[in-house]
Amino acid sequence: MTSLPAPPERQLGLVIDLDTCVGCHACAVNCKQWNSGGVAAPLTDLDPYGAAPDGVWFNRIHSFEAGEGAAGRTVHFPRSCLHCAEPACVTVCPTGASYKRAEDGIVLVDESKCIGCKLCSWACPYGAREFDVDAGVMKKCTLCIDRIYNENLAPAERVPACVATCPVGARHFGDLGDPASKVSRLVADRGGFDLMPELGYRPTNKYLPPRRTTGCSVAQAVPPEAPAAAGVLEGKLFGWLDRLFSR
Amino acid sequence: MSPSRVDTSPVVSDSVATTTCYMCACRCGIRVHQRDGKLRYIEGNPHHPVNHGVLCGKGSAGIMKQMSPAKLRKPLLRVGERGKADFREIEWDEALAIAAGWLGRIRERDPKGLAFFTGRDQSQALTGWWAQAFGTINYAAHGGFCSVNMAAAGMYSLSGGFWEFGEPDFEHTRYFMMFGVAEDHASNPIKIGLGMLKQRGAKFVSVNPVRTGYSAIADEWVGVRPGTDGLFIFALIRELLLADQVDFAYLARYTNAPWLVIDEPGAADHGLFARDDAGHPLCWDGAKDAPADALAAGVTPALVGNYRLPSGRRAVPAFQLLAARCLDSAYAPEVVAPQIGIAAETIRRLAAEMAEVAFRQEVVLEVPWTDWAGRRHERMIGRPVSFHAMRGISAHSNGFHTCRALHVLQMLLGAIDCPGGFRYKPPYPKTCPPAGKPAHPAAPGKALAGPPLGYPLGPEDLLVDAAGRPLRLDKAYSWEAPLAAHGLMHMVIANAVRGDPYPIDTLFLFMANMSWNSAMNAEGTAAMLTARHADGSYKIPHIIYADAFFSEMVAYADLILPDTTYLERHDCISLLDRPISTADAAADSIRRPVLAPDRDVRPFQDVLLDLGYRLRLPGMVAGDGRPAYPGGFADYMVNHQRRPGIGMLAGWRGPNGGSSGRGAPNPEQLQRYIEHDCFWLEELPPAARYFKHANKDYLDYAVAMGFLDHAEPVVLQLYLEPLQKFRLAAEGHGKVVPPPEHRERIRRYFDPLPIWYRPFEEAAVGGDDFPLHAVTQRPMIMYHAWDSQNAWLRQIISQNRLYVSRQFAERHGIADDQWVWIESHHGRIKGQVRLMAGVNPDTVWTWNAIAKRSGAWNLDPKAPEATRGFLLNHVIAELLPEQAGGYRYANCDPVTGQAAWYDLRVRLRPCAAEDIGTAVAAPLSVPPGLPKRPQTLRYGAWFRDAGQVP
Amino acid sequence: MHPALSVIVFTVASGAGYGLLLLAALLAASGFLPADAWLTVVIILLSLGLVSIGLLCSTWHLGHPERAWRAVSQWRSSWLSREGLFALLTYPVALAFAAGWLCDGADEWWRPLALATALLAVVTVLCTAMIYASLKPVHQWHNRWVVPCYLGFALFSGALWLDAVRLVFRLPLPHLNGVCFALVAIALALKLGYWHFIDTSRSRATPESATGLGAIGQVRPLDPPHTEENYLLKEMGYRIARKHRLKLRRVVLAFAFAVPLAGMVATHLLAGPWSTVPAVLAAASAMLGLLVERW
Ligand SMILES: Nc1nc2c(c(=O)[nH]1)N[C@H]1C(S)=C(S)[C@@H](COP(=O)(O)OP(=O)(O)OC[C@H]3O[C@@H](n4cnc5c(=O)[nH]c(N)nc54)[C@H](O)[C@@H]3O)O[C@H]1N2
Ligand SMILES: Nc1nc2c(c(=O)[nH]1)N[C@H]1C(S)=C(S)[C@@H](COP(=O)(O)OP(=O)(O)OC[C@H]3O[C@@H](n4cnc5c(=O)[nH]c(N)nc54)[C@H](O)[C@@H]3O)O[C@H]1N2
Ligand code: SF4
Ligand code: SF4
Ligand code: SF4
Ligand code: SF4
Ligand code: SF4
Ligand SMILES: [Mo]
Repeated sequence: MTSLPAPPERQLGLVIDLDTCVGCHACAVNCKQWNSGGVAAPLTDLDPYGAAPDGVWFNRIHSFEAGEGAAGRTVHFPRSCLHCAEPACVTVCPTGASYKRAEDGIVLVDESKCIGCKLCSWACPYGAREFDVDAGVMKKCTLCIDRIYNENLAPAERVPACVATCPVGARHFGDLGDPASKVSRLVADRGGFDLMPELGYRPTNKYLPPRRTTGCSVAQAVPPEAPAAAGVLEGKLFGWLDRLFSR
Repeated sequence: MSPSRVDTSPVVSDSVATTTCYMCACRCGIRVHQRDGKLRYIEGNPHHPVNHGVLCGKGSAGIMKQMSPAKLRKPLLRVGERGKADFREIEWDEALAIAAGWLGRIRERDPKGLAFFTGRDQSQALTGWWAQAFGTINYAAHGGFCSVNMAAAGMYSLSGGFWEFGEPDFEHTRYFMMFGVAEDHASNPIKIGLGMLKQRGAKFVSVNPVRTGYSAIADEWVGVRPGTDGLFIFALIRELLLADQVDFAYLARYTNAPWLVIDEPGAADHGLFARDDAGHPLCWDGAKDAPADALAAGVTPALVGNYRLPSGRRAVPAFQLLAARCLDSAYAPEVVAPQIGIAAETIRRLAAEMAEVAFRQEVVLEVPWTDWAGRRHERMIGRPVSFHAMRGISAHSNGFHTCRALHVLQMLLGAIDCPGGFRYKPPYPKTCPPAGKPAHPAAPGKALAGPPLGYPLGPEDLLVDAAGRPLRLDKAYSWEAPLAAHGLMHMVIANAVRGDPYPIDTLFLFMANMSWNSAMNAEGTAAMLTARHADGSYKIPHIIYADAFFSEMVAYADLILPDTTYLERHDCISLLDRPISTADAAADSIRRPVLAPDRDVRPFQDVLLDLGYRLRLPGMVAGDGRPAYPGGFADYMVNHQRRPGIGMLAGWRGPNGGSSGRGAPNPEQLQRYIEHDCFWLEELPPAARYFKHANKDYLDYAVAMGFLDHAEPVVLQLYLEPLQKFRLAAEGHGKVVPPPEHRERIRRYFDPLPIWYRPFEEAAVGGDDFPLHAVTQRPMIMYHAWDSQNAWLRQIISQNRLYVSRQFAERHGIADDQWVWIESHHGRIKGQVRLMAGVNPDTVWTWNAIAKRSGAWNLDPKAPEATRGFLLNHVIAELLPEQAGGYRYANCDPVTGQAAWYDLRVRLRPCAAEDIGTAVAAPLSVPPGLPKRPQTLRYGAWFRDAGQVP
Repeated sequence: MHPALSVIVFTVASGAGYGLLLLAALLAASGFLPADAWLTVVIILLSLGLVSIGLLCSTWHLGHPERAWRAVSQWRSSWLSREGLFALLTYPVALAFAAGWLCDGADEWWRPLALATALLAVVTVLCTAMIYASLKPVHQWHNRWVVPCYLGFALFSGALWLDAVRLVFRLPLPHLNGVCFALVAIALALKLGYWHFIDTSRSRATPESATGLGAIGQVRPLDPPHTEENYLLKEMGYRIARKHRLKLRRVVLAFAFAVPLAGMVATHLLAGPWSTVPAVLAAASAMLGLLVERW
C-alpha cells in the first residue's frame, strides 16, 4: 500500500556525523556485503571486471568541499535512504511495491510487486533508490531490517551493518521518533539537520554538522616571544643553568 | 501493512570461523560466516584488540577477493619471451625441482647470486630466517621503499616509534598532531582513535599538503609544502625553547640530553660522548659540580654549560648543542613561513597550544609505579600532546632527519610513553640505539652468521669491501645508504641489470609487484627485466615469483609459484616480526585456513620450507634427513624455536600451554589460538603501562618474555652518536673510512642532531622548470595493486585523477576534467585533472597504484584503470640527476636509503584531445588457466532464496 | 533530465492520441463531425492506436512488464496508477462511443459516452502530466507550466492529426484549420513560457541545502562516490550543454511549431487533394518536434 501509514511512533533511522566521517567507504562496502546475502540480494554488478563497472549499492560516499581558505573544509558525505516521513517514493509507486512500515517507519520495496517503472527513483531527491537492471526491480537501503530484528544475531549485533562497521563511529542507529533516545539527544546536542528540508520529505536520518571549534582551550597559551635577536642563545643557556633535575 | 512482508530474522550462516584479515597489513580480527559452503559475510571480531569489531572497506570486500578471476591457479613456466605472460602450466613437483635446481647451484657457487626480496607479506620472521639459512645477504622486505626513514629514525632515537612500533594514547591525549598520514598500517586503530578524540573534544591537527580523509576531519589543517616538515618542526622547537616550554626533568631523566659531548674539533672523538672507564657516558652533576656516570640513578645532570673533563678535554651537554641549533634565527617562524607555506602566526600559535596542553593540562593517572632504579612514584603524570607520522615525512630524501626532529620534539615535550603521549607497543622499546648488526656474506654452501638485516652503529658495521664498495646488491649498508635497515628493494633490479655492484643469477620475489607500482621508473624497470646480453641471454638469468594473482610482475617471471589467499592458509603475526600488540598488552595472532583452495596452489610459506628442505638448508632438515617441518608452516609456527623456548608464537607455550613468551613448543598451541579467536593477548599490569623505557615492572616483564636481555632503562637518543661516528670517518678518522667521492655526503648528512635540507630532486631540478610537488596518497578503499581485481572496490575508484589546486589552476588556465601531461625530469604521463581547494597550491597529488597495465589482473584491456588511470611511478626516476662527478646516486635518503617517492617535481602541460588515455604498454595476454571474466555478478542471490520464508 | 526513449515515445504518442480522441469525441458530440463509418474507424484506430503504442512502449520499458497489471492498484496515492486506470477505462468507453457514433442511433444515446470519452482523455492526460508535475525533486517538471503544457501539446498534436484526417476524408470542417492554428499558437506560447521559466528560475534545492553545509560557505562537489557512472547518473545526471540545448530548442521550434504553422497555412492555401500533404506533414513534424522537446 503506497498510501502512507499513520505517522509511526517509532522512527528508526541513522544519524551520520559529518564531523567524524573520514570517507573511508567501509560502511558502503560492508552494506554491499551484508545485503548481498540479505533480503534484497543480490546487489547485482554489471561488467564487474570491464570497462564500465556499475553495480547496485545502498550507500554511497560523496565528497564535497565547502567554504574557502582556513574556514574551508573537505566533507565526506555518506548517503543512503533517509527513511523519510513523507516519502514521495512511496506515494508515487503505482503497484504498492514501495511502502513505509507502520511499526518503525522503515521504507522498503517489495520486489515481488515491483514492476520496475523507476518512478520512485525520480521521486527521491536523495538519490537513494537503486535500480537493479538485471533483476528489473528497484532496490534500496533496508535499514538492515534483516539484522536489526534478527534473532539469529546476538542482541548487540542487531544494528545496521554500516553502523557496526564504521571505524570512527560516525554512524549511529536508533529511534528518532523518541526524543529521549540516544540518537535524538545527539541530534539535539549537536545541531543535527535534515537534508533539503525545503522539499518537505522530512527525512528520518539526520546529519551532524562539522564542528567549528578548534576543540582545545588555548586561552592561556604562552604568549609568543619576540623574534630572536643576537644574544638570545647565550641568554637562554644562562637561564637554563639552574634547571637541575635529578635522574 | 503487515510486517510479515519481509523476513526480519533470516538465518545468517551455518558456520562461523574466526581468523585474521589480510586485505591489508593492519591485521584485524574477523569472523567469517559461511552458508552452504559459500562465503556469506565477513565481519569484524568485536573481541579483537586491533579492530574491536569494526572492519574497513577493504576488509568488507574479502568475498570479492575470493571471487577474483585474477587468481593464479597452477604453477606456471615461461615459454615465450619475458614480459608477454606467455606460460605453460606445470605441476608443483616440476616447479619446485626447477627452483631447487637454480637455487642449489647458486648456493654452491656464491649464495649472494640469489636476491630474495619480499613485499607486502608479513612473513619476515620466516623469510629472513630462510635467507640466513640459504646464506644470501641479498635479502630484504619492502621496508626500504616503504618507510625505513620512519623505522630507522624511531629505532635509533627511541627504539620504537611510529609505524607499527607504537601508537598515540588516544584515550588520554588532548592534543594530537599527525604528520603526513593518509591511512597507514594501523588503518582501523587510527580511525577508532580519531573517533575517540572527536568524542572527547581533543584537538586534532593534521599537517599534510592535502585535505582529505583524516585531514578532512582535523580541527586544524596545516597544508604544508611537501618536504618542509623538518623546518616546521624546527620552528616549533625554537618557539618552545624561547618560551622555556620544555620538560627539563624528562630530558634529564629519560634522554641523553645531559650526556656530555666531547667538544674538541678535529679530534678523532670530537662529537662522541665522553665516557668513563666502564664505557658509561658522562654527564655533569650540577649538584656536585663534577662529572658523573650519566646512567647512575640520582645524579643531577646539567643540561647546559661548558665543562672541562678531568682529562682536560672540553665537553658540553648534548642539549646545549641542540638548543644552539634550534635557536638559530634561520628557524624563526617569519623565516621559515614562506618556505613551508604556513603563516608565522600559525606556527607560533601551534607551538603555544602545544605548550599549553603539555604543561598546563597535564594528565594525572593515580597509578603508582616503580622506576628502573626501584624508586616508587605515586602517580603517572603525562603531557597529553601526541604525534603520529608516516610516509608524508619519511618518503623524502630528508625524511630520516625530519622523523628524528619529530622525535626530538616529543622528547622536549616529555611526551614519550607518558599518559596522553606517544606510547610503545610491546615488544618495544628494545635497546637504544638498536642492537643486531647486518650479517656479512657467507661462504658457498654456508648459512649467514646472523640475520641479513640489522642496525649498524658505526662504519665498521657496514657491508663494504676494502675499497669501500658495496657488498650487497642493493648497496644497503654501504656508504651510499649506511643505515639501510630494511634494504633498498627499489634498487635491486636496476643494480642487477647494470651489474653494479655485480650481476646476480636469480631474482626471487614474493608478493611485490616490482614491475609496476613498487618500481621507480616503472617502464624502465620493465625494460630492465627483459634486457638481454649480446648473446641473447637475459641480464637477470632467472626470475622466480610467488604471487596469488595475475599482477603485472607475473608477466616478467620465468617461474610462477602461485600462492593461496588469506582465507586459505596459515600465517603467523609474530612478536618476532611486527606483532599486533597494543600499548597496554602484548599480543600476537594467526591466520588459519577457513576455505580450501579450489585450485592447484600452495601457501608460499609451505613452499619456502619445502624448497629449504630440497636445498638441505640448516634448520629445514631433521636429523633423520626428512623435512624438519613435515606439517609445513603450521608445523613451523608451533615447533620452530628461534632461541630455546622462544618461537613464532608467544601464547600457550610450554607443555600444558600454561606459559607465555618463553616455553617449550606446545603441540596444542594452534588449537588454543583457534579457540581464542586466533589471537593471544596478555595485558600489562597498570603499573607497567607507561614510561616503559624506564619502568621496572615493564622492564622485568620484557626480560621474562624475551623482548629484552637485561632490565636496563632505555635512554632516548636526542643526540645520535652513531651518526657522528660516520661523520668522523668522513673526516678521515678511524679504520673504515668512506671513499673520497662519498665523503662530503656522509659528512653532511650524518649529523648527530636533526638537520633540515631541501629534498634532492627539488634542489636539483625544482624551481620554475618543475614548479610542482607531486605526491600520492593511499586510498582508504584500496590496498596498493591488490584491489582493482575486486569487483566491489574497483567500482569506487577505477580511475585516478590528478588533483590540482584551484589557485594554481586559475593562474595557469587549467580546467576541471582537463587532460594534462605530467612531466618530470625523467619522463611524462597523462592524467585527468580534478580541481580542489584543499591542497597546498604548490602540490598536485593522486591516488596510489590505481592504474593497471592493460590486460593485467584479468581485467578488460579497456578497463579505466588501464586506459585512464596513471601511475606517478612512470615519472619517478630511480636515480638522482647526475652529481658533479657524473655519478648518479639512488633517489633515496642518504642515511637510510629510503626511496624518496615524494620528492617528485613536475610541471603540467595541457594534452591534445587525441592524446587522451594513458595506456603505456601493449595489453598483456592472460596466462593459461585463468577463467573468463563474468559479465554480470549476482553474488549472494542464492542466500536469499534459501532464506525465503516458506 | 533524460527519461528513457520509451517514456518519451509514450508521452508524445499517447498525448497525441488522447488529444485526437478528445477533439473527435467533442466534435462528434456537438455534431460537427458527421458519422462516417470509415472516418470513425480511422479516428478511433488512430487515436487508440497512438495511445496503445504509447502504453505498450511504456510497459516495455518496465523492468517487469508481466506485472504491469499491478500498476493500477494504487490509484489512491499514485498518479501513475491513476493514469493507468483512466487509460484502461478510456478504451471501453471510447469503443462504446465509437460504436454508437458508427451506428448513429437517432436517439443519440452515445452522446454522453462521447462526453465521457472526452473527459477520460483529458483526465488521462492530466494524470500523465501530474506524474511529472508532482515530482518535487525535478525542477524542470515540478512547476505550474507542466500540466498546461502537457494538455496543450496533447490538444495541438491531436488537432493536427484530426485536421489531417479531415482533409483525407474531405470533410467540411473549415474552422478546424483555424482551431489548429490557435492551438499551435497556444502550445508555442506555453512552451516559450516554460522555457523562460526554466531559464529564469532555480531549483529550490541547492548544493548547500542538499548537504546542509551552507553555513561553512559555498559547496562544491569534489568526488562522486564511484568513478564510473551508475544507474542514477545515467538516468538523471544527464546534463545537456547550454550550446547544445539552444540548438535543440531551435529544432523544437522548427519541427513542433514552425513546420506545423507553415503546414496550416499551406493547407489553407492549397485546398483540394494536395492540402492533405502539408497537413499530414504538419502532424508528423509536430510529433517529431515534441519527441525532441521531451528529450
Ligand atoms: N608512486 C608511489 N609508489 C609507491 C608508493 C607510493 O606511495 N607512491 N608506495 C610504496 C610503498 S610504501 C610500498 S609498501 C609499495 C608496495 O608495492 P608492492 O610491494 O608491489 O605491493 P602490492 O602492490 O601491495 O602487492 C604486490 C603483490 O602482492 C600480491 N599479493 C596480494 N596478496 C597476496 C598473497 O596473499 N600472496 C602472494 N604471494 N601475493 C599476494 C599482489 O597480487 C601484488 O602483485 O609501493 C611503493 N610504491
Ligand atoms: N588503504 C590502504 N592502507 C594502506 C596501504 C594501502 O595501499 N591502502 N598501504 C600500507 C603501506 S605499505 C604503507 S607504507 C602505509 C603508508 O601509510 P601513509 O603514510 O598514511 O600513506 P601515504 O599514502 O603514503 O600517505 C602519505 C601522506 O603524506 C602526505 N604528504 C606527502 N608529502 C608530504 C610532506 O612532505 N609532508 C607532510 N606532512 N605530508 C606529506 C600525503 O598527502 C599523504 O596524505 O599505508 C599502509 N596502509
Ligand atoms: S530517501 Fe528517498 S528513497 Fe528513502 S524514503 Fe526518502 S524519498 Fe524515499
Ligand atoms: S520501480 Fe517499483 S517500487 Fe519504484 S515506483 Fe515503480 S513499481 Fe514502485
Ligand atoms: S542501514 Fe543497512 S542497508 Fe542501509 S545503508 Fe546501512 S548497511 Fe546499507
Ligand atoms: S564508515 Fe564511517 S567514516 Fe567511513 S565513510 Fe562510512 S560513515 Fe564515513
Ligand atoms: S584495516 Fe581493513 S583490510 Fe586491513 S586488516 Fe583491518 S579490516 Fe582488513
Ligand atoms: Mo609501504
